[in-house]
Amino acid sequence: MSSGNVELCRKEAAMMAPTESPIIHLASRGISPVILLIGLYVFFHGHYSPGGGFQGGVLLAAAILLLRLSLGTSLSQPIMPSWITLRLSALGALIFAGIGLVAVLFGGNFLDYHFLPMPWLDPAYLRYYGILMIEVGVTITVMTTLVSIYDDLLGC
Amino acid sequence: MHWMIEFLLFVILIVSAVVGLSVRNLLAAAVILTIFSFLTAAIMVSLGAIDVAFTEAVVGAGAVGVFSIVAILMTSRKSRD
Repeated sequence: MSSGNVELCRKEAAMMAPTESPIIHLASRGISPVILLIGLYVFFHGHYSPGGGFQGGVLLAAAILLLRLSLGTSLSQPIMPSWITLRLSALGALIFAGIGLVAVLFGGNFLDYHFLPMPWLDPAYLRYYGILMIEVGVTITVMTTLVSIYDDLLGC
Repeated sequence: MHWMIEFLLFVILIVSAVVGLSVRNLLAAAVILTIFSFLTAAIMVSLGAIDVAFTEAVVGAGAVGVFSIVAILMTSRKSRD
């Protein structure tokens, strides 16, 4: 994992240099925000229809991997730097385990949303928002772990 | 009518699996394996399991394809055995 924004990846410079074609640059820059938007849509549909944290996270990661493939690792650093990926992944796992442990602290089982300390909500809405917070953690972890796997494959 | 579409999907699935295992060019094998994943997703849609199909399409045809292509680009392009 490199920490600089402009430092070029060694293996990438040797094996797969970023393409110079303006068509590919423009197309990937236009398609990537749309994939990000679809990923957010899938993530917010996790409660009541097909979709959820895992699929939304993989779609968000696919948008960033498209930029990494077409623009090269060094040019796509501003949208998701290499040094932040594993830390965000740990943060997502912390959100997941933290909400479960808060439920344990307030007298329930692990991930029992009924015991979350938000008494101004109905129990149904308590479970609704509990699942939503869990999905936030899952999405962040899946997205940043996939980007981190790509960066580690290229040795950045 | 519905079983014909499903039968066609299964036939293309088996053909793509055999071709993907027997082809020597590793990049072509990765692309054919992506086709295999996508056909599996289509079969899951026809069985009514939308969530499984979604996961299969996103992970199998998206992320794993990118990862295997990058791994092939870092090693040799042709299989020697």
